[in-house]
Amino acid sequence: MIQETVERALAFGRPGNHYLAIADETSAAHLRWARNALTSNGSTRTRDLTVVAFAGGAAGVAAGAVSLGGTADDDTLCELVRAAERAAGHAGPAPDAAPLVPAGEADPQWERPPEPVTVDTLRGAAAGLGELLARFRSAGQELYGYTEQRVRTTYLASSTGLRRRHAQPTALADLTARDGDGRSTWHGTSGEQLSDVGLAAAGDRLAERLRWARRRLELPPGRYEVLLSPACVADLMMHVYLAAGATEAEDGGTVFGRPGGGSRIGERLSALPLTLSSDPAEAGMSCAPFVVARSSSGIRSVFDNGIPLARTEWIAGGTLAALVQTRRSAADTGRPLTPEVDNLTLRGPGGAPAADLIAGTRRGLLVNSLWYLRDLDPRRLLLTGVTRDGVYVVQDGEVVGEANNFRFNESPVELLDRVRETGATERTMPREWGDYFTRTAMPTLRVADFAMSAVSDAI
Amino acid sequence: MRIADAALGRAAALGAAHAAVRVARMRQGGVLLHDGELRAAQDVTDSGLAVRVRHGGAWGFAAVPEMTPEGAADAAARAVELARCTAGLFGPAAEPAGEPVHRDRTWVSPHRLAPFAVPESQRVALLADWAARLTAAPGVAHAVTKVRMAHEHTFYADLAGSSITQQRVRVHPMAIVMSHDGRTQRTLGPPVARGWEYLLGEAWDWDRELAGLPGLLAGKVAAEPVRPGRYDLVMAPSHLWLTIHESVGHATELDRALGHEVSYAGGTFATPDKLGKLRYGSELMHVTADRTTEHELATAGYDDEGVAAQRWDVVRGGVLCGYQTDRATAGAAGQPRSTGCAYAESARHLPIARLANVSLRPDPDGPDTDALIAGVTDGIYLAGSDSFSIDMQRRQFQFSAQTCLRIRNGRLAGQLRGVAYQADTLSFWRALRAVGGPQTYGSFGADLCGKGQPVQAAAASHGAPAAVFEGIRVVNTGEEDGA
Repeated sequence: MIQETVERALAFGRPGNHYLAIADETSAAHLRWARNALTSNGSTRTRDLTVVAFAGGAAGVAAGAVSLGGTADDDTLCELVRAAERAAGHAGPAPDAAPLVPAGEADPQWERPPEPVTVDTLRGAAAGLGELLARFRSAGQELYGYTEQRVRTTYLASSTGLRRRHAQPTALADLTARDGDGRSTWHGTSGEQLSDVGLAAAGDRLAERLRWARRRLELPPGRYEVLLSPACVADLMMHVYLAAGATEAEDGGTVFGRPGGGSRIGERLSALPLTLSSDPAEAGMSCAPFVVARSSSGIRSVFDNGIPLARTEWIAGGTLAALVQTRRSAADTGRPLTPEVDNLTLRGPGGAPAADLIAGTRRGLLVNSLWYLRDLDPRRLLLTGVTRDGVYVVQDGEVVGEANNFRFNESPVELLDRVRETGATERTMPREWGDYFTRTAMPTLRVADFAMSAVSDAI
Repeated sequence: MRIADAALGRAAALGAAHAAVRVARMRQGGVLLHDGELRAAQDVTDSGLAVRVRHGGAWGFAAVPEMTPEGAADAAARAVELARCTAGLFGPAAEPAGEPVHRDRTWVSPHRLAPFAVPESQRVALLADWAARLTAAPGVAHAVTKVRMAHEHTFYADLAGSSITQQRVRVHPMAIVMSHDGRTQRTLGPPVARGWEYLLGEAWDWDRELAGLPGLLAGKVAAEPVRPGRYDLVMAPSHLWLTIHESVGHATELDRALGHEVSYAGGTFATPDKLGKLRYGSELMHVTADRTTEHELATAGYDDEGVAAQRWDVVRGGVLCGYQTDRATAGAAGQPRSTGCAYAESARHLPIARLANVSLRPDPDGPDTDALIAGVTDGIYLAGSDSFSIDMQRRQFQFSAQTCLRIRNGRLAGQLRGVAYQADTLSFWRALRAVGGPQTYGSFGADLCGKGQPVQAAAASHGAPAAVFEGIRVVNTGEEDGA
């Protein structure tokens, strides 16, 4: 049993010292295809164990973390604990040191085994995929994509008696459709189970986008009013979230820091009352309700493992409200403790479907997805990237064709002040972060003066 | 061998026409210091085994954490079950390209000090010393010093009879200094397939580079904004490597050309119908792919499908002439043998075609960098890689550099800021006007290149001489958003 591994690891600790053990078992199964035929599949099961040793000294407490993938016998476990102790001994006082979380109430889920994903899990998806491939094949179109079911079951235990378990199911589908004339479109969807991702509905959406693209229009670089799809917004907001570490902001190294030190908390970022939030209890996007930190960094601390998480508004009503804090950074900055949470939601004042935003557009571009976003200047969070698989030209309330792709240089933080309208928030998947962070819900955004820097002929 | 026998025997008994087992123990880690204070440390060892089968024309892949004969047999059974479950979805496909049997082979990447054999206290002390030197310099507000390390142990065996044990190491140290206005400058010392001896000065002069870093940062703070327009660009190998990686390396991966990466990493304009015909660049352009050069990141004895390491041309005389393949894509393209580019990040990952060390060759009689600069009237000299982005067909790109120096009438002037150049891959390489000699050649690289679904990382080096590209569009990203 995986729980026994955790307990045995803690038992190898030296009396009087403190330790943490975090065990993960991840089961996953996937299908990948191109040109209407499967290219690969996989059924994987992995185990990872992280041991953190804490060593007290006159100057403060040090922490050392070591991780091992695979299974471990007693000798291996003992050596892992000794290695963690050695790492703590070398580390020196930890800047994020804080008391470990006490045992609290017993977790009724603790004794449950890891959640499995078997080959059988894929049978339904394989059947649905077969129908979808046949549909596109008969239409003379090609389908490319990937779908996956994954469950990570985490067991967190400490020498203080803390015992917590969390099972995180994740499913996604990532589909690209092409016709014989060089038109290409994409749709990504995610959920907890494969049954949530809806391959057939995704196919309908792809077919609609390929129809939109029948007329080709060449447009030059320049500033355009754009409707950014929820997937585009998710990609951009992920960059905002990853730049939201409090410590780095206080150091002045990020867009949320002030020159000379201090953060921009309290500063208005958008004229519209936009709210960017995370909530471990968000329906359909629930995630671990406590901190799980396998190593310390600027935005997470191994000392904080087990701390309960709550709904957090990072941007509230258009104003920067919170940054990602450890207990130490919260104490240093005098701010509330707001650790990172594994989902992200943006809401605005509007609730209309995307079709209504299109209908309300005199002239603009509907951007379907973004790609290859990279930092140009972290002080502004200026990014470069390209549009991908669908830039649709909207004129007098209707999609009239598809334009070429563009390279753009934009800051998603500065862009917030040019948001003119928001649609309904819906579950989506950031295209560039789909392998890392899927639990996002975003609206379509109408943004003024989006800077398209160059044309790309790629499809 | 008991594990291999269990996996391969079970697969064969279940009717697999081809089966391969990989056992992998991948250790990765590193430390990061902020102003000499340890901010992050990581030490992760990932172990497991995987079995891949070809059964009834379908593929199946399964991985388990148990490195035992029982785990191996279970993985083989699951791989066959998956192949059966999805058999109807695979299209008609050519057989994978063949490979001679390599029995009982061992290969170890050359190194003197295994990176993880150095105690963490020594790693931290060295990086703290670097930080102390940097933060003592005027104009440096903060210094980040860090190192990433990897040590891979793998065993491969297949039904044909190959059995290969390999070890690969790599290290990537870096120092980043930040000015009081938040600008940054980093070291250019590349990731390499060497041990800890690299940080002690073997093959790279860290003392010299650290001493020069604050001055480069001061130059960046005082830099003039670039005026957008077309310039002749002189590129140091420390910069050009990344442009090669993105616009030639990935563009000549055969799985992209066959459409296998369309939904994620993307395709390529360099499709198989253009092989031997496409004018990729000027006649000065000679690009090799190689997995044999010592200390380069993609170098190995054999790939993760048991194919021996090779070296070949991908662009010769400016014309596309080769691809990087694994056995399946080589078979699909009718090639008799794979170029040996299959790699899996860990046991839990399926081997896919990854980059070899793709490098631009120098002109054997070419000039030095000073002579290249002297030949430019109105240009910019770029050193070190910074921001990079390219579209999904490897055509339109934008790159920026660590250091950008104005060239006026054949001489270097002061630093410029906000410089990013945009080009189409073919226009860019066709604008290659001059290539430096072997004395300008340097090898750099990437140790975290992502591809595939599930996404996985790989490492590859890219060498280049200094080179001149004529009339390339430069935008100012700082003041004008490049629009």
